[in-house]
Amino acid sequence: MAGLLDYQHVEISFNGNAVVHDVTFQLYPGEILGLVGESGSGKSTLIKAAMGLLGSSGMVTRGDIWFEGKNLPDLSDREMRHICGEKIGMIFQDCGASLSPIRTIGEQIVESMAAHRKVDVTTAKAAAMELFDKLNLKDGERVWNSYPFELSGGMNQRAGIAIAMLMNPVVLLADEPTSALDVAVQRQVVEEMMSVRDAFGTAIIIVTHDIGVVSAMADSVLVLRDGRVMEYGRAKEILENPRNGYTRKLLSAVPRLRRG
Amino acid sequence: MDPVLKVTDLSKSFSRAGKKDFFAVDHVSFALMSGEILGIVGESGSGKSTIAKLITRLIDATGGKIEIEGQDITGLKGREMIPVYGKVQMVFQTPKGSFDPRRTLGDGICESLRNQGVPKAEREAKARALLEQCGLPGEFLERYPHQVSGGQCQRAAIARALMCDPKILILDEATSSLDVTVQKQIMELLQELQQKKELAYLFICHNLALVQQFCDRVIVLWDGKIVEQGLPDDVILRPKSEYAKRLVEAVF
Repeated sequence: MAGLLDYQHVEISFNGNAVVHDVTFQLYPGEILGLVGESGSGKSTLIKAAMGLLGSSGMVTRGDIWFEGKNLPDLSDREMRHICGEKIGMIFQDCGASLSPIRTIGEQIVESMAAHRKVDVTTAKAAAMELFDKLNLKDGERVWNSYPFELSGGMNQRAGIAIAMLMNPVVLLADEPTSALDVAVQRQVVEEMMSVRDAFGTAIIIVTHDIGVVSAMADSVLVLRDGRVMEYGRAKEILENPRNGYTRKLLSAVPRLRRG
Repeated sequence: MDPVLKVTDLSKSFSRAGKKDFFAVDHVSFALMSGEILGIVGESGSGKSTIAKLITRLIDATGGKIEIEGQDITGLKGREMIPVYGKVQMVFQTPKGSFDPRRTLGDGICESLRNQGVPKAEREAKARALLEQCGLPGEFLERYPHQVSGGQCQRAAIARALMCDPKILILDEATSSLDVTVQKQIMELLQELQQKKELAYLFICHNLALVQQFCDRVIVLWDGKIVEQGLPDDVILRPKSEYAKRLVEAVF
């Protein structure tokens, strides 16, 4: 079975220097893949490559990223516009900051939907409210009418997830979606992403340095260090029985709560 | 044993037009003993960092009293605080943000002793020795903050805090912005320094597991109030307050 999103020997360079080397993995429908590693290991770069978000100095210099029979790095901006947001959604570390501060959440939802299909405010709002409801986001009306600064970090993050899910993408890329949040809110956001997967069968790649989050939600794990794959496989196996020396070091550095 | 730091009924409130005053810190009392590691946990907005800023007098309290080794420092002004900063120092959450980007790490590390009038050669020798104790080569004195990694910068920040031989270190989320492997190294360094120099730490942190490993006692803060305190294992394994229970349950 071919993966939904298929990274084949991907190398990514910035200004001619390769920072990600020979990364291969497959994401299957409904799978949650955790990409872990320390800062600078290339985790975010890897998922940004799929979205064409490497900026002017970065590019995929070797290998392919296959999605629905197309090699994403080869596509034109025009073709990418039909994929980004619509088929592949993205959630950022700080959704509050990735939203426009001078427009309400509602306005931004209408705008993001209108970029992909003909839609009027009433339909957009109805769809958003239904989704908010499904995601247990209480107070949908208030969120719709709020500016990002009027919502807490956790609410913004959940609104960001809802916005990303509005187009019902088949793949959701999440770049450190819980790192800026308190533990209690982190748990909520993690549960929200799991319910997205359960309700819509969305495949998710979650980039995180938080091993706790990975063990709570991921089916498979890819450990990255200095742009190279250290270990890749089933989450349970890697977390319980790491083979690679670096993975072991990473796992042993995680402070764990003793619960008696 | 006398406490090195004692806080009584400490409050910080902000007035709001047409509403009741908002208490960021609401009548908090606690004591930190010599050589003790006291943890403060709670979610963002619970008042953890405000307490750190009140104790270091970066902001003024609206009520209550702060005593360091028996001296009331609540109302001290300007130069009167210089000897106090010889006893209390702080390590901040964002290592890079706590150094002046236009000056070398050495300038930042030596500033406290410069203020106290210590000659240049002497303070630089001390800075070099402390950097080495913190696991960095002496050449790092010449580096600028953007030339070092986050973990290295935090080591330099710890060296800076130790320059005036303080009794108390306030660690405000000092490891939260670091990678886990670096966090572990910094925690080991802090532990080693604490034993060698008999420092007392006020360890502000939202990571319960780290507090459990590291602290002698812990205070749980919620909404500016202390809702629970005790030995870390008692609070974490047998939480009494609703909030502490929720906090423990939320950990993955």
